[in-house]
Amino acid sequence: MKELLNKQDIDRVLARMAHEILERNKGTGNLCLVGIQRGGVHLAKRLSRKVKEIEGKDVLVGSLDIAFYRDDLNIRKEQPAVRRTEVPCEITDKKVVLVDDVLFTGRSIRAALDALMDFGRPASIQLAVLIDRGHRQLPIKADFVGKNIPTAIDENVEVNLEEEGLEDRVTIE
Amino acid sequence: MKLASKDLLGIKELTKDEITLVLDTASGFKDVLKRDIKKVPALRGKTAVNLFFEPSTRTKTSFELAEKRLSLDVLNLAVTTSSVVKGESLIDTALNVQALGADFMIIRHSSSGAAHLLSKKVNASVINAGDGVNEHPTQALLDAFTIKEKLGRIEGLKVAIVGDILHSRVAKSNIYLLAKFGVEVRIIGPPTLIPKELESHGVKVFHDMETGLRDVDVVMMLRIQMERQGKGFFPSTLEYFRYWGLTAERLSIADKDAIVMHPGPMNRGIEIASEIADGPRSVILEQVTNGIAVRMAVLYLLAGVRG
Repeated sequence: MKELLNKQDIDRVLARMAHEILERNKGTGNLCLVGIQRGGVHLAKRLSRKVKEIEGKDVLVGSLDIAFYRDDLNIRKEQPAVRRTEVPCEITDKKVVLVDDVLFTGRSIRAALDALMDFGRPASIQLAVLIDRGHRQLPIKADFVGKNIPTAIDENVEVNLEEEGLEDRVTIE
Repeated sequence: MKLASKDLLGIKELTKDEITLVLDTASGFKDVLKRDIKKVPALRGKTAVNLFFEPSTRTKTSFELAEKRLSLDVLNLAVTTSSVVKGESLIDTALNVQALGADFMIIRHSSSGAAHLLSKKVNASVINAGDGVNEHPTQALLDAFTIKEKLGRIEGLKVAIVGDILHSRVAKSNIYLLAKFGVEVRIIGPPTLIPKELESHGVKVFHDMETGLRDVDVVMMLRIQMERQGKGFFPSTLEYFRYWGLTAERLSIADKDAIVMHPGPMNRGIEIASEIADGPRSVILEQVTNGIAVRMAVLYLLAGVRG
């Protein structure tokens, strides 16, 4: 097992991403952060705190559970656990930033896009991920990337976060 | 975690952990029901067949909506127009439905054990929507969900179940469920409508409302089954209301925050006063809404068992 990011690294990466999100969107106007359960939700909340530090403004944060939209429900041995979906605002005409911990095949993002569309018609959807590990199976690309990490397909990237009672770190095995 | 069986036949067969899994999953589906687009693609491409051999409005509509909101294809077999009236047996009907490609069979039948029998004959997931006087598991699950939502917990509460226990599969499923959560269950009703062996299940039996309702957190009223009342279980509906009907005065004996539940359909003025049924403590219509979320959770989780 090898450590890719420690607590301080993660904090710096998120600070940069918050700046990038604000730069691209010219501030917080009409902006909404939506985290994918579970890791993405914690990261979306952290990003909103960074945005507040930088800009002094609150930005809406929501959570999205994609269990019902997965494309592997028929082949999994067990149904994925269902967690809360709380989209805090009418997303129609909003600039939505989807937040996830690891971008891998892109299938979770496809499911999240479908789920979001059932809530309304956003002006745009952007994607922010802490780790991009490659091996995409769908034409999906992140707008904001914390760290690009080349991996072998059978390697396992683990994002541990304090919100889950663990020490902040990203590892590969 | 997953459910152990491909079928939901009764609460008796479920563990406390399995029940908790259903209730937690149902919370996620309740979120879906609050949205503008109340439909998710989770079970797209699968088929549910509703086999109702006994009349039902509420349960059948609730299952049908739950199925549709999970993107299942839905087939309703109306018994009066099907081959059942030509004498086709339950099993033959079910095997034919299976040959049509059903993944779920939801069955209501007047014979206790009908769902169990069916589950042994078909590969589809069988959900018991009420069998004779045996069980009505999804009703107990939606009741538990409603209690947890309203009072924050199930463990340690005092729950009174009032009325015709003898003929009530709802009461039986609820007693099994509440016992698994360590709830103090009180049964209140006329001696003629309470089965003799009940006290061995760890419930307390009362024959008058005034002592039975004292300090309870939940008052669960049952429907007086008018269609079964030809046998003189009590003298008249007027007399029944006088002794066992839920009135404002009687509700005041319960805990001040107690909620009032009823599985429907209600007989107003027989087991429950209208002012209570429509009053602020009543959660009767919320039970109906929660029923959809709970049935969605059951269908979703059973789909995972069959794989």
